[in-house]
Amino acid sequence: MKAPPFAYRRASSVADACALLDAHGGSARILAGGQSLIPSLNLRLSQPELLIDISQLAELRGIRVSATEMIIGALTRHADIERSAEVRARFPALADAARQIAHPAIRNRGTIGGSIALADPAAEWPAAALAFDMRFTAVSTQGERSIAATEFFKGLYETALLPGEVLRSIHVPLPAAAQRAAFGELTRRSGDYAIAGAFVTASVTGGWLGGTRAAFFGVATRPLLAARAMRALDGSAGDAAAVAAARAHLEADLDPIADLYNSRATKLHLAGVLLARLVARLAAPGG
Amino acid sequence: MNAPVPGLAPTTYIGQDTPRANARRLLAGRGQYVDDLRLPRELHAAFVRSPHAHARITRLDLSPARKSRGVFWCGTGADVARAVSPWVATLTHFKGMKSAPQYAVAVDRATWQGEAVAVIVAQTRAQAEDAAQLVEVEYEPLPAVTDMETALDAATPVIHPDLGDNLAFTRGVDTGGVADVFAAAHLVVEDTFRFGRHTGVCLEPRAITADYNPSENQLTVYLANQAPHMMRDIFAKHLDIPEANVRVIARDVGGSFGIKVHVYPDEMAIVGVAKLLGRPIRYSADRLESMSTDIHAREHRVRAKMGVDRDGRITAIEIDDLTGIGPYSVYPRTSAVEGNQVVNLTGAAYDFRHYVANLRVVFQNKTPTCQYRAVGHPIAMAVAEGLVDHAAQKLGIDPAEFRRRNLIADDNYPYTSASGMKFEALSHHACLDKLLALMDYPALRAEQKALRARGIHRGIGLAALIEVTNPSAAFYGVGGARISSQDGCTLRLEPTGWVTAQTGVTEQGQGTEAMIAQVVASAVGIPVEHVRVITGDTDTGPYGGGTWASRGAGIGGEAALLAGRELKANILALAGVILNRDAAGLDLRRAQIVDAATGEPVLPLAEAARIGQYRPDTLPREFQPQLSVTRQFGQRDWPFVFTNGIQASYVEVDPDTGFVKLLKHWMVEDCGTIINPLLVDEQLRGGIAQGIGAALWEEVLYDADGNLKNGTLADYLVPMAAEMPDMVLGHVETPTRSSELGAKGAGEAGTAGAPGAVMNAINDALLPFNARVTEMPFTPERLLRALGKIA
Repeated sequence: MKAPPFAYRRASSVADACALLDAHGGSARILAGGQSLIPSLNLRLSQPELLIDISQLAELRGIRVSATEMIIGALTRHADIERSAEVRARFPALADAARQIAHPAIRNRGTIGGSIALADPAAEWPAAALAFDMRFTAVSTQGERSIAATEFFKGLYETALLPGEVLRSIHVPLPAAAQRAAFGELTRRSGDYAIAGAFVTASVTGGWLGGTRAAFFGVATRPLLAARAMRALDGSAGDAAAVAAARAHLEADLDPIADLYNSRATKLHLAGVLLARLVARLAAPGG
Repeated sequence: MNAPVPGLAPTTYIGQDTPRANARRLLAGRGQYVDDLRLPRELHAAFVRSPHAHARITRLDLSPARKSRGVFWCGTGADVARAVSPWVATLTHFKGMKSAPQYAVAVDRATWQGEAVAVIVAQTRAQAEDAAQLVEVEYEPLPAVTDMETALDAATPVIHPDLGDNLAFTRGVDTGGVADVFAAAHLVVEDTFRFGRHTGVCLEPRAITADYNPSENQLTVYLANQAPHMMRDIFAKHLDIPEANVRVIARDVGGSFGIKVHVYPDEMAIVGVAKLLGRPIRYSADRLESMSTDIHAREHRVRAKMGVDRDGRITAIEIDDLTGIGPYSVYPRTSAVEGNQVVNLTGAAYDFRHYVANLRVVFQNKTPTCQYRAVGHPIAMAVAEGLVDHAAQKLGIDPAEFRRRNLIADDNYPYTSASGMKFEALSHHACLDKLLALMDYPALRAEQKALRARGIHRGIGLAALIEVTNPSAAFYGVGGARISSQDGCTLRLEPTGWVTAQTGVTEQGQGTEAMIAQVVASAVGIPVEHVRVITGDTDTGPYGGGTWASRGAGIGGEAALLAGRELKANILALAGVILNRDAAGLDLRRAQIVDAATGEPVLPLAEAARIGQYRPDTLPREFQPQLSVTRQFGQRDWPFVFTNGIQASYVEVDPDTGFVKLLKHWMVEDCGTIINPLLVDEQLRGGIAQGIGAALWEEVLYDADGNLKNGTLADYLVPMAAEMPDMVLGHVETPTRSSELGAKGAGEAGTAGAPGAVMNAINDALLPFNARVTEMPFTPERLLRALGKIA
């Protein structure tokens, strides 16, 4: 299949991209890594009039660490994150997750900003953003603003980004000493979208869980924090009884929807299995 | 006596790992696939396809598309029908079979989602697709027949009213008295097996460029295809062009698996439009079109039972097979073959006499189905092997031991199965013994037991198999299909002493050309590097059937052997005249004419060839060297030359998630004489991978209205490298006596046995849970349901 006709502009700067977005209203789309946009064009599922290519903007690419946070440029490739020693040292769960995104060829092109701005409900990064309480910086010709991940994912492919805004960077708070994190996903083949996936983070002090965050992807129309299940785990040792109590809340927390191969019941069951396994890893001595 | 001159020993490439000559070219990106071809004045086509599974076309307006940029021509089904006559796909040996006339482009009514309803021709493919979007079609949706279980119900609409019902074909086998045998059985096991509809997924999609030259009424079709001569006959018939004026060229073909051996309406449309317009027209199916228009296969529901006596011997098998084939039987091989194979092959590895089989083949509003790698075998094998393991488990007999008691004895041939299949010579027990040794079966069972105690649930599954190969005319010719069951090989001695070989069997990536080169080099007595093989051109090569039904090596290889021997005899006759020696005392070894007794070189082949081509004036007047030969071969001793083998799968099931991990796979098979062990092993491995795909991942999903739900490779799951287990292969060689070469086919045995082996392994792992699965693919959800983890 061939894409329908479209115009193409390579942005010379983030400001240039924002100006182009303003000039073309809703008929323009930002092209970053292209790993979702190009297939959707070729399948003629979307027909933008203009693609604004930001892929050459070096200012948007890279990982750096401040005193309080890790800042990941929106154009940073999945593969960059996968190979980053900084990410591996401070957020091993994110490094693990990067390796599970699709296949190497896709990871070499696809970007974290693209993944978050698209908000595919089956993608890893949006859920990671919830679990690690990340914030996003968006810029437009009007200036810039910071958006909490918890306020960002509104629905199926729907985000808090406004028309004219470009996602610039992702901000990950540096973990406290006691924070642990675990990532897991269930895919039938390596590289597939997960039937269910999750990130669980918590501070583990003397074996007790606190500030637990459990973010799921692939189960609903958007990534979700399982709020009731998180509360059920807080203050527990992540033992079987606590996990069983937490699992009992997942249906209300996630309200899973069926996909092509998996019913709501399967999704719910697998989300529960995943939660149990990730909590076990968190709570394990030395986890 | 003088000291012996170092002589040349006879050498052969048969049985040797020989790298294929075309691998370097293909890996270098220098293949010549249809899409690589550029012709002057060519135009690109795109199709408007029905979004409905079943709908009447009430209005079709091409005028907006005609005004679109770059558009050259637009046509409806009626327009294309001016050039291409419709067809009906039945064969006379399938008694009572029926189907409806099918047009290249739908006329008035679309019968599956994806059927072409209009064709657009433009300067570029993108322009053609842009214009296709502008075509205005109004549809009146009609009720879609999707569930094969209700396709024959009185309340279900009949897709083709002229046919009276939705039954395309039915066949029964009854050896008599079977009910009594079941009544007397010590044990009867019953299961219902379901098989997901799937498709072949070639790396290279279907592709065609058709070029019609009105000045000579000459049609040239460049086609990704397995059977060029079959297509030539069909193009000639349905475009009303003399067959001799039709040339079909299939150069490099990027995978086929049976997908590219059928008549596709969109390809017929391309040829028809090329004739109408007198300009080259090109078209490649994109992936979505491939998923909705390449033939599908394997949608079956089989109710089956097996009777067993007190000693664990099979006494009877009964099956009821229901299969849905889409709205039309596919031309010209028909869509009855798969179900027919299930009837023929179920249980046929085993020694039992009482058999009942009933087959119903029904129409539905889904993509048409037809022959795909290992046609019917994976279903027949999984049904029998599932029943065998079920019975063994109920009797408390080890599955390997149960097979030992029931597989046809290796000294009991020729043998005719309860279903009527004739076996020349099989080696089930030798293969079983070798397999059990290869996998160290007792140790594996011990490991399984030890791990089970630790909550790790592994399973071992066996699956014996037979495979239809080297078919005679019994497959198609006797039913009236103009598909050759013989094949030819033409050899030409070049003045350099090299040999150019042309064969009717075709190359789709499996190494046909390498195989032919090895046979020719061995038969003639020259280095394999001195043989150049040309395939896939109906204008220049010998007439033949092509490559399907695992016939390339067994039929095409034999023709190459016979041709090679004759060319060698001709060369030796020439050498005898040149040397003034008796040709009977000469031999040809490694491109040297040698003294047959001592191996002493007496004349380089190149010198003999030079004289034969350039200096016949130096030869006696009555001697004319014959430096080109053609030999044909058709297998006539048996309807099919069966092969056999056995596979084993070792899996780990996660009872919490329902996930299956493939740990290892073994296969021992007997394809007779092995020409190239590397290529045979590649065939087995690839075949196993495709069979594993059926067991674990592949299924074309439709909703109740006949909408295809997984038309991309993100949603339709093919087996991929990361999930493949190590495969350990072994061989037993029982050459067929129906040919000099003794080679049988090897292309489909892997696919035939793998699904049953994986199913049995999963069920073996599930034994402690009293759970059992018989519906492929074995998704996590299906396992979780069997385990009672979800409702």
